[in-house]
Amino acid sequence: MSAPVDVKTLVIDGVNVSGSAGQTVLEVARENNISIPTLCHLDGLSEVGACRMCLVEVKNSPKLFPSCVLKVEEGMEVTTASDRLKHYRQTILELFFAERNHICSVCVANGHCELQSTAQSQGLTHVRLPYRNPKLDVDASHERFVLDHNRCILCTRCVRVCAEIEGAHVWDIMGRGIDSMLIADLHQPWGESSCTRCGKCVQVCPTGALSEKSKFGAEHPKHPEFLPYLNMMREGQ
Amino acid sequence: MSETAGKTASKIKVATVWLDGCSGCHMSFLDMDERLLELGSQFDLVYSPLVDFKVYPERVDVALVEGAISSVEDEHKIHNIRKHTKFLIAMGDCAVTGNVPSMRNPFGPEAILDRAYEQNVATQAQIPCVIVPALLEKVRPVHEFVKVDMYLPGCPPSADTFYTVLSDLLAGRTPDVASLTRFGA
Repeated sequence: MSAPVDVKTLVIDGVNVSGSAGQTVLEVARENNISIPTLCHLDGLSEVGACRMCLVEVKNSPKLFPSCVLKVEEGMEVTTASDRLKHYRQTILELFFAERNHICSVCVANGHCELQSTAQSQGLTHVRLPYRNPKLDVDASHERFVLDHNRCILCTRCVRVCAEIEGAHVWDIMGRGIDSMLIADLHQPWGESSCTRCGKCVQVCPTGALSEKSKFGAEHPKHPEFLPYLNMMREGQ
Repeated sequence: MSETAGKTASKIKVATVWLDGCSGCHMSFLDMDERLLELGSQFDLVYSPLVDFKVYPERVDVALVEGAISSVEDEHKIHNIRKHTKFLIAMGDCAVTGNVPSMRNPFGPEAILDRAYEQNVATQAQIPCVIVPALLEKVRPVHEFVKVDMYLPGCPPSADTFYTVLSDLLAGRTPDVASLTRFGA
């Protein structure tokens, strides 16, 4: 006898939906073809709620909630699209673009970048904030891959895929706030780190921060969809 | 525009301007090809690198500005353009974001001039200082200097984007720019 499933019924954007206890609002929304924009979320990885793109409104609360870590509850009423949410999502995207040097036209990920496509889908045509233009390094010490800090949005997908899936935990974040920086091992050049050369971090990077050497633009589609499949196969063993 | 409204006096006055960009946006504009003839019958091109007027006119209805603001001359021009223009469109990523010209910002103008005119020059290395305008400390998008009425991102925006946007504006509609183009397009 399997345990009875604890079903929660809720309303998302006026639609009656149901999910099992423990599921997130994002999961249930997507199961019901309600799209919520995300950047740090990736199917197959743990959730960190870092990027705040997936913020939603919940009735009777003045707060906004990141739907990727918000568990479904009985009777919940969720709104995923409103002028207020659009304003916040656009502002978050503007902060990403202003924080580092995202020059889409000459980026390896041009045309395959989730920051670029999310900006377009959220109707962002310009950035109101002044660009910071920090001086940041490019780490090309690895024989196969490149790390360009100019394009990094600190989503930590690479950190999580390396620790959770590959089991190597080469990547981590150093510093705090605006000084946060992706580092390999104890802040060593990537090429001299304990990297296993599996390339999973490159495949899950939503921007041009991690790329394969000598590949550019149209030659550089990424394939993060391998993760749920990999997890499924491992669980099956 | 009605047919009876007179052929010269009431035509919309359009200007295109080339600041710190590569002229790729103007090339893409020309890539509208024969559609330019159709649009061109609805407006007068009163100032542009494509025509021969040297002075920015007193009254312009729509100005398409290509390029970022990188020098004291660009800065002077954009204020003058804004003063004499009803509807100002930031055309392309350089005007909208700073784009490639802004890649010098982390290093500063001295380092860039040194690299271009001293380090990589075989003979008579010297940094140009007469006739050419002084560079600003940072390259900035147009809207950090003057009010912009519409943003047309893209490097460059495609000819189809130009055609749809200009057709919509000439017909009095507001184009949905984000559905047509994006940063780096």
